Amino acid sequence: MIELRNIEKRFGEAIILKDVSLTFPEGSVTALVGPSGGGKSTLLRCINLLEQPTSGCVRVGSDTVEFHPGRKARWQDIQKIRRQTGMVFQNFQLFPHRTAIENVMEGLLVVQRWTKEKAAARAMELLQKVGMAHKADAWPANLSGGQQQRIAIARALAPSPQVLLCDEPTSALDPELAAEVVDVLGQLAREGTTMVMATHDLRLASQVSNQVVFLEAGKVVETGEPETIFRSPRNERTRQFVSSISAAQAL
Amino acid sequence: MPHWLQLMLDSLPTLLWAGIRFTIPLTLLSFALGLTLGLVTAVARLFGPAPISALARFYVWIIRGTPLLVQLFVIFYGLPSIGVLLDAFPAALIGFTLNVGAYTSEIIRAAITSVPKGQWEAAYSTGMNWQQAMRRTILPQAARVSVPPLSNTFISLVKDTSLAAAITVPELFQAAQRIVATTYEPLILYIQAALMYLVLSSVLSALQSRLEVRFSRYGGQMESSR
Repeated sequence: MIELRNIEKRFGEAIILKDVSLTFPEGSVTALVGPSGGGKSTLLRCINLLEQPTSGCVRVGSDTVEFHPGRKARWQDIQKIRRQTGMVFQNFQLFPHRTAIENVMEGLLVVQRWTKEKAAARAMELLQKVGMAHKADAWPANLSGGQQQRIAIARALAPSPQVLLCDEPTSALDPELAAEVVDVLGQLAREGTTMVMATHDLRLASQVSNQVVFLEAGKVVETGEPETIFRSPRNERTRQFVSSISAAQAL
Repeated sequence: MPHWLQLMLDSLPTLLWAGIRFTIPLTLLSFALGLTLGLVTAVARLFGPAPISALARFYVWIIRGTPLLVQLFVIFYGLPSIGVLLDAFPAALIGFTLNVGAYTSEIIRAAITSVPKGQWEAAYSTGMNWQQAMRRTILPQAARVSVPPLSNTFISLVKDTSLAAAITVPELFQAAQRIVATTYEPLILYIQAALMYLVLSSVLSALQSRLEVRFSRYGGQMESSR
């Protein structure tokens, strides 16, 4: 289980996240939606501490890190949290100097210190899962965006993390390539992978998630099942936002 | 056989030997040591605490702002007056290493900065710590972009080693000077020395091309995964 308690994030005077408390049960798939600048990405990045909250508490599995203003968290604590999370980025961020399979093996070799054979077997298994086994030896530069993103998903899953974090995983892709990625994420969701994703992609949010969190100006405005949030939101602001993006995506 | 050709053939063994004995070792050693110093300086400047970073900047400022020949004179002729007596070769080695270190640190610093921030984040997300991210993710990509400018420094260095003649290192150029002193044929001998430097730097240029091909095997541009 993942738990965020009273998370606050400031950059100088600007407040990015205000007193956000959320829990993500095991096996749940949560979509963070909301306008740009609303704090989706920041919140997501607070889970694996790429962004460190100014104050609050982050719990992943059995590890908890507390943050206090003006005090730095211990590097080892941050590392413990990160090793239980996997992250997928909007722009893939595959290691360009490593082949597809080497990208997936990298964390296993360097961080988990697996043997080469064991890591290669695990990586191949994951590449099969995301439908990229036939490109195991390809360089990222020679692959399409959708293919790169599927490899990035395999890389994030390699150490069997407690949670898969996805930061706008389809936003850099055209609709056709986005569909490949949505399919893979949907399959992972059905298999019970815990996921949290920040997204503008309503198709992704509605097809894959079972919990939607609407964030605006650093605050949680509304939380609910996708059906409720997308069909009959209670909050006026949520309704406006949902109708504007569904109008845009229906075009 | 024309006189000039005879002269060149006669001097070739002496010049070659001076090159093999001094020019090439001086170049290779000071480049290897200078590159290491450059890497340390670049990392100190980018990631070190304020005083260390300032120290790195100060070092680069001094070395880049003063002539190499003057630096060599300070080390070889100047330092003995405060009790530091060095033989010519070690003095030259120190001078060239400091010089290469300053210039390459700027190249390496720029190369490290050119790797997208997302690569650090990707490395951290896979659980790597700073050192692992640096060694496995950032430096290999930085190495690729620094090959052309580093090769430039390397080729300049080969030619700059001729300055060591001024502090009595009997390298290629000094060997030529000595032959001139006995034969009074400056034009022929100095052209011959120039040609030998030309051959050396051409060999290095060829090596650079091969290195670039090797580094570009992963295709495309770095931007493609940005």
